[in-house]
Amino acid sequence: MKLVGTPIRRREDPELLTGRKRFIADLTAGCQSVAFVRSPMAAAQIVGIERPEGASVFTAADLTGVGSIEPILHRPDYFRAPQPVLAVDRVIYLGEPIAAVVADTRREAEDLADAVYVDLERHDPVVTAKAALADNSRIVHPGAESNVVVSGVIDTGDIDATSESAVERIELELTCRRQSAAPIETRGAVARYDEESEKVTLHASTQMPHVLRTAICDLLGMQEADLRVIAPAVGGAFGQKMCLPAEYAVLVWLARHLRRSLAWIEDRRENFTSSFHSRDHHYRIWGSFDADARLVAIEGDLVANVGAYSCYPVTWGVEPLMAMAELPGPYDFQSYRVRARGVSTNTCPMSPYRGVSRPVLTLAMERMMDVAAERFGLDPVEIRRRNLITRFPYRSATGIVYDEGSYVASLEKAAEVVDVDSFRRRQAEAREAGRFLGIGFSVFSERTGYGTPAFAPRNMDVTPGYETVEMAMDPSGGVEVRIGASPHGQGLVTTLSQVVADGLGLPLESVRVVHGDTDRTPYGWGTFASRSMVISGGATKLAAERLREAIVAVAGDMLEAAPEDIELAEGRAVVRGTDRGVDISDLARQAYHHTPKLAPEREPGLRATASYDPAGTFSNACHVAVVEVDIETGGVRVDRFVVVEDAGLLINPVIVDGQIAGGVVQGIANALFEEVIYDDGGNILTTTLFDYLPPTASEIPPIEIHHLQTITDASLTGAKGLGEGGAIGSPAAVINAVSDALRPLGVQVTEMPATPDRIRRMIREATKEMM
Amino acid sequence: MISSRAVTLLVNGVDYVVEVEPRKTLADTLREDCGLTGTHLGCEHGVCGACTILMDGSPVRSCLLFAVQCEGAAIETVEGLAVGGDLHVLQQAFWDHHGLQCGFCTPGFLMLAKGALAEDPDLTGEALREVLSSNLCRCTGYQNIVTAVEDAAARMRS
Repeated sequence: MKLVGTPIRRREDPELLTGRKRFIADLTAGCQSVAFVRSPMAAAQIVGIERPEGASVFTAADLTGVGSIEPILHRPDYFRAPQPVLAVDRVIYLGEPIAAVVADTRREAEDLADAVYVDLERHDPVVTAKAALADNSRIVHPGAESNVVVSGVIDTGDIDATSESAVERIELELTCRRQSAAPIETRGAVARYDEESEKVTLHASTQMPHVLRTAICDLLGMQEADLRVIAPAVGGAFGQKMCLPAEYAVLVWLARHLRRSLAWIEDRRENFTSSFHSRDHHYRIWGSFDADARLVAIEGDLVANVGAYSCYPVTWGVEPLMAMAELPGPYDFQSYRVRARGVSTNTCPMSPYRGVSRPVLTLAMERMMDVAAERFGLDPVEIRRRNLITRFPYRSATGIVYDEGSYVASLEKAAEVVDVDSFRRRQAEAREAGRFLGIGFSVFSERTGYGTPAFAPRNMDVTPGYETVEMAMDPSGGVEVRIGASPHGQGLVTTLSQVVADGLGLPLESVRVVHGDTDRTPYGWGTFASRSMVISGGATKLAAERLREAIVAVAGDMLEAAPEDIELAEGRAVVRGTDRGVDISDLARQAYHHTPKLAPEREPGLRATASYDPAGTFSNACHVAVVEVDIETGGVRVDRFVVVEDAGLLINPVIVDGQIAGGVVQGIANALFEEVIYDDGGNILTTTLFDYLPPTASEIPPIEIHHLQTITDASLTGAKGLGEGGAIGSPAAVINAVSDALRPLGVQVTEMPATPDRIRRMIREATKEMM
Repeated sequence: MISSRAVTLLVNGVDYVVEVEPRKTLADTLREDCGLTGTHLGCEHGVCGACTILMDGSPVRSCLLFAVQCEGAAIETVEGLAVGGDLHVLQQAFWDHHGLQCGFCTPGFLMLAKGALAEDPDLTGEALREVLSSNLCRCTGYQNIVTAVEDAAARMRS
């Protein structure tokens, strides 16, 4: 039976369900604890640090031989701002680590950290992007000409001529406030010092163990062989754990310096103040439409507040520059003039969060479509039908090439599933009764499987992309698959096992997938950006094909048959059309222990390695939200959510649906609930899960998921990647639905999260104007 | 130095005699002194529910209790659910319905559901969602957790 395409249960689950699986905080036994002293101010000069008597306290001055975190983009407009792992002379965001305290227990370390007295001379912080761009703004990084630390422009097509010929020019101003990925497990690391070898093993909650090893070794001047990084079970990450945390580097330095094993487990407050934030985008865009309501040009000014420091390895260019490159989304137009800027402020550094810029740029394009539909008197389905791309491969205005997708088909299918006509009748009846229902569409492309060809144009000093898989059949006939990807909830152990089992005709149980250990796996980039099933999956498929060749060669020797006549199925190698065959376990034994019986040209053993480095592919989907807005309270209830997704071949449909549903819920929260709030003084007001509001089961409707499957040769496995799509499309669908509901009041939502107080304010302002 | 006190905790039917500071939470004590690390900590302020355990049959946040308060109470943790290698019906249902992804919040949801179904075996629909809204999950979007608990409840009733 083929396993690829089958909704089998996950192999990862039994140990998670029984509590046996070890997360980072479960690995601290026998370690001393580290607590960090953090800045209580957003911007200040450090005047002095007083240590409690007898306490083991380390500041930047103690950390000899440690470099600065300095991610690099090779662009003339990129400002390099070296980040010390512990603050030197000044602090530039609230929560910045100033000192590390070592004690026997976490409780004692925290008590001592509280007793460290840091004398700070406060500066006025620069908190918002708007303030940072003001002419008289204080400059966050001395030496920079302004707070713009990265910028870019794309200007293609004849924008002036196309804009002039347009009959409608629509201007929109849009904001997505700051968010946190807020994994339920915070960050944490355990550095184990081995006296015998003098090596350190860093267990760390991370999405990219190999990159983390490189980054820390570069900082500490170590040879990579002297640091082993292991990612244990990781309790959610969503991008927050794909960048280098200063704290992990400090922990390794301390373990080597003190020759002890040390643990740091972040608490929730630290996670909100000091772990990476995300989004905080502010756009102005202009869309020009011709007389047929066809979008002919987009102009834009995109600003991302990128925080205090650039994140390694993707840098603080990732948000604005991706927004600039991918804003066109699934729409067919060729005139484009967009400027994007990353602006540094006295706020927490940023790292990409599920979808990166795309939830916001999708909001921009989808609001544009709905506003245009209203101007032209078209319905939201028709305006999109006229503007979506239909020819493939398609080259976008920004030069990105899309493989085939089902943009229009996903829209049509979604419209059919939600039954727009009957909804409009229900909406009209509800309005008669004083209730405000709305429907919102969102069509988007999700670029996935970024290999080095996709990353190279960004000019990152570190160019990610390929994945390597090493595969070996051992003498017992079991297969070990060692991967550079680092899954943490995506079910990759199961899906890769499905690919390998099919490729080698073995039962699932014969396959072991090893990941998240730099001493056991080939160098790889980890798991992020919806890449693993495409890239690691492709490398796995290739390696399985190569291992199969080695196996059938041995089978040919044993069965005196030509390798092309050998079939592998159900744990046996058989000569096609005969009953002659050999069990794989006997074959494997032969390949290792009876090599003299094989053809002289055979290599001993059974192993294969493959790398895969694709240019990337595009998944696509249409999301539809149906909401009801209570205009008295400003509260929004999502009544229905429909997804029509095309992510190519579904390796495991249950896992696919799980990824989509989880992403959609994060996107609904992006649209309605979640916001990291700073006050004017740079203090964070949302430092608990009482204040920052991830949704619960009560706020979320059942999510209806439908699939289309466009298979292209852009992905070896046929899978297109879909980890982020749920979160990319849903914010725009919800915001469009809220705007549709409030249309009779003249309200257009332009900011997310659309919290009750924001909705009430918009209603008040709009109805004041109406009167 | 804060002086420690001896406490006897009855966890999954086994007595653990531990020496703890009065300020030490039940969650930390279970994890550090009893070696039961299946109970996870996500916020340490009583919102996420990852640390949910059963105390005398009721779901409670073990991060909001001190170990010294729990002398004499019957405590159940995720480690007590499967018996002799057989998964509890709730664990089986979470597995069957893909009710977990990273799995960090899962022990808390299992214990919450066990306690809630013990109180009301017919829990379903909106009322069930309301109970499950006690805990946070960041991966699944909740739908599969709701389905798993409904299915487990049906299996437990039959």
